[in-house]
Amino acid sequence: TVPCVRLLNATHQIGCQSSISGDTGVIHVLESEADLEWPLSKGPNPPYMVLLESSLFTKSIMMKMKNASSRVAGVVVVQKTSPPEFSPHTTCPNENTGVYTETYDHNLAHCNTTVWNPRGNGLSYEEFDSPVFSLKEDNETEVIKQCYFDHNRVVNGSGLQYPLCAMQLFSHMHAVTDTATCMRRSSMDFSTSPVMVCDPLGGYNVCAFIRPYNSTAFGHKENESVVIAAARLDSRAFFLEDSTGAEGSVSGFVTLLAAAQALREATQEAPPTRNILFAFFHGEVFDYIGSSRMVYDMKNNMFVIDLDNVHSILEIGQVKTLRSGTNLFLHSDPVSRRNNTVTNLVKNLQSSTAGLNFSLVETDFSQPLPPSSFQRLLRARAIPGIVLADHQTDINNRYYESFYDNAAHLNLTYPSNLSPEEQLEFVTDTAKSLTEVATAVARALFKQAGGNNSQVNKINADPKTVTQMLYGFLVRSNNSWFQAVMAPELKDILHTLTSIKKVLGSSLRCVFCLSEPNPPQYYVGVAKSSHQANALTYLVQYLLANLTGTATNLTQSQCKKPDELPNESTYLYSYLWVQGVVPPNSTQRESFCVRTAVRLVKAVSPAFDLGDYISKEYSTWTKSQWKFIKARIFLVASRDLEMLTLGVGVAVLFTSLLVTYFVRTKADVLFSSVREPNNAAY
Amino acid sequence: MTASVFFGCTFIAFGPAIALFLFTIARDPLRVIFLIAGAFFWLCSLLLSSLVWFITVQISNKESSSQQKGLLIFGVVLSVLLQETCRFGYYKLLKKANEGLLMLSAEETMPISIRQLAYVSGLGFGFMSGAFSMVNILADSVGPGTIGIHGDSQHYFLSSAFMTMAIVLLHMFWGVVFFDSCEKQHWWSLAVVVISHLLVSCLTFQNPQYVGSLVPTYIIVFLLGLWAFFCSGGSLRNLKLCLTCKDKDFLLANHRPR
Repeated sequence: TVPCVRLLNATHQIGCQSSISGDTGVIHVLESEADLEWPLSKGPNPPYMVLLESSLFTKSIMMKMKNASSRVAGVVVVQKTSPPEFSPHTTCPNENTGVYTETYDHNLAHCNTTVWNPRGNGLSYEEFDSPVFSLKEDNETEVIKQCYFDHNRVVNGSGLQYPLCAMQLFSHMHAVTDTATCMRRSSMDFSTSPVMVCDPLGGYNVCAFIRPYNSTAFGHKENESVVIAAARLDSRAFFLEDSTGAEGSVSGFVTLLAAAQALREATQEAPPTRNILFAFFHGEVFDYIGSSRMVYDMKNNMFVIDLDNVHSILEIGQVKTLRSGTNLFLHSDPVSRRNNTVTNLVKNLQSSTAGLNFSLVETDFSQPLPPSSFQRLLRARAIPGIVLADHQTDINNRYYESFYDNAAHLNLTYPSNLSPEEQLEFVTDTAKSLTEVATAVARALFKQAGGNNSQVNKINADPKTVTQMLYGFLVRSNNSWFQAVMAPELKDILHTLTSIKKVLGSSLRCVFCLSEPNPPQYYVGVAKSSHQANALTYLVQYLLANLTGTATNLTQSQCKKPDELPNESTYLYSYLWVQGVVPPNSTQRESFCVRTAVRLVKAVSPAFDLGDYISKEYSTWTKSQWKFIKARIFLVASRDLEMLTLGVGVAVLFTSLLVTYFVRTKADVLFSSVREPNNAAY
Repeated sequence: MTASVFFGCTFIAFGPAIALFLFTIARDPLRVIFLIAGAFFWLCSLLLSSLVWFITVQISNKESSSQQKGLLIFGVVLSVLLQETCRFGYYKLLKKANEGLLMLSAEETMPISIRQLAYVSGLGFGFMSGAFSMVNILADSVGPGTIGIHGDSQHYFLSSAFMTMAIVLLHMFWGVVFFDSCEKQHWWSLAVVVISHLLVSCLTFQNPQYVGSLVPTYIIVFLLGLWAFFCSGGSLRNLKLCLTCKDKDFLLANHRPR
């Protein structure tokens, strides 16, 4: 069961809320849009709990049910077939926190020239008063539908027979109104254990320099020039925990990971003049949490470089499968284009596709940048940069920021007779085309960083790595390669623990069911106070470490304290103990220590550090807390039977009181025939 | 179901018991004490029978359903026998206590007669038995749903309440008849009490055919009520006198100094 939860920002609350003792409604399975008449007006036993299939989960139906909230107690969406297109995101994503504000360029603000997500219906940003849950199509959903068919169907004109099958959903959210209110309420409790009502969203960015700097020396670095290669990690869906983001984010960061691996050899043999920073930003969907944090750190000397050190930026946006001959597009900012700083970068990129199956085309010069992390850097400083994407004008991802943006949408297909391990190794067409993109990106980065041109053609991305990453991120994350690159204490996060609390008729109970090894969650999650990131961040960190770092001979205890050794330094590198592969003839893993420049950088919106919860500058998204979330089905009896029971009870009580009184007053008479002489009578 | 079902079932199950307690027992502290002692004796019998039940269930084969059913029947029979044994034990204790009370008290007459004790102890047994039968069901009835999703009858709460009312009344009647037959050494009537208790308990094996278990039970309640009425000094003549309101003449005629 995946609930829709409440999120708050500086001005609004979005998402769903149930009442504190749950919302009960008679189950009604919606068959078509016209069938909506029954729960909304015709049905005789409101409130109803509407069960609909994913193809009926549209904005018009949800809005109609939202307006009739007295008759509709809640909605349950069963994931079945995907509709032809569906995007619950807004039409202009991150409208107010990008670079296109009124002051920057009036014509480009608020998507005046290009509406980036025209299919967007904004459902994710609506507020619902009733709970909305999502169920997979499995045995428990069958039980619910069977209960409906057994008890709730109208039999040819005659009315419904009680008892009816009903469902109760609990998803009471503690936070209300907006972030400022809930943060104020969280801090009002003066006891030793403060009660938090909401949590800020956030996580960690993954950063790696090709030539690492001393991690304790913050601020400007003299004579250092860095090219930033960026991608975003997160995505979202209407039901936050169901986010997949295959085209939206996975394609981008997998390409960048492959490019990082491709650059490893060349940059070690012939290091380029400029440094390259691989930055994977988290929380970008929610008003650029990760990138705004990095810019804030750079401006306030809390990061190893600052904005003056940044030479240019190349961001990998959505890159979908290419059939041979299709193009990718280079987006740039029209305002900063006016002084021609981007042309070099464009030249480097376009020349990097020589010998590959696609070409890079520049978009129209008057078109603004699509929603991307580059916008936040541009907002702080006019840095030249390019965003690489598969769409020329608006986003052509039919399932942008929705649950259906998954492996199937990326045409990730495997032959049916392969085992999971064979599927891991199989190179799909998608992987092949992403490999070409990664090669082009790596070469362009090398050239942009001033590398030796003769080395460029040796830079090639590895299709096997790409296909393994795609498999792990989109199909099954508990595979042998991911297990090999992870640390031993983290290997369990590759199973997605779903806590499904379902009480069916108070006899079946399933708490913390270990589901099959699913892909990890792509939603950014809340920023935990302990130094714990979510599964996706750790995966990207360890993958990047394995792909760009070096294996060392250190033992496990040395790996924990490498400073004692003469050639190792934790200022420059981080040392990670990874599990390694299992050799064919044994059962023990060959674990080893990786020396890598990869670091996790905290990515929480600066608004929470500054205490400015109504900030228009930074992201203010928080997620409400709740006590428990559960769903259950049972039968409800008719009101008449309940009242009859009460009536009978009261009648019995009255009658017995009367009779007893009567017997007591007449007891002398009633029990007088056998009297023993020395007994006291009643 | 909801609060209305909760209160309805509570009143049905415990209505007569509450009425009897309020009007006949609550005023006299001695009767209250004996009521609670009676309830305690019933609890003792429940403890013993549940101990035996627990042990036998642990050593039995949990998979075989016929063995479990047999075990259930055995448990019911054993529990009934233990309850009646405890009733007998309580009777013996009360006889001894009565002699002691007589020696201690200043008055010449006993403060409470054995017949009253029979009634009070029976009611105590009934209270506790009803409580254990009904309280869990009442707690579940407060929720929003009702029985039936697995196909069972939805009249479970109502029929449990009526059955509990019958059991409470029956315990009261059994108490009266039991003590009376012990006083008069009529062992056959004692056997009838035990057999009727067994019969009522075994009738519940017919559930969920609630009609099949409730109707015979109420017939037995009526019959035993009549018997208890006659045992405790009632007669048809008295009843007719009361009902036709000629009792005042009767009292005056039979007035005796107290």
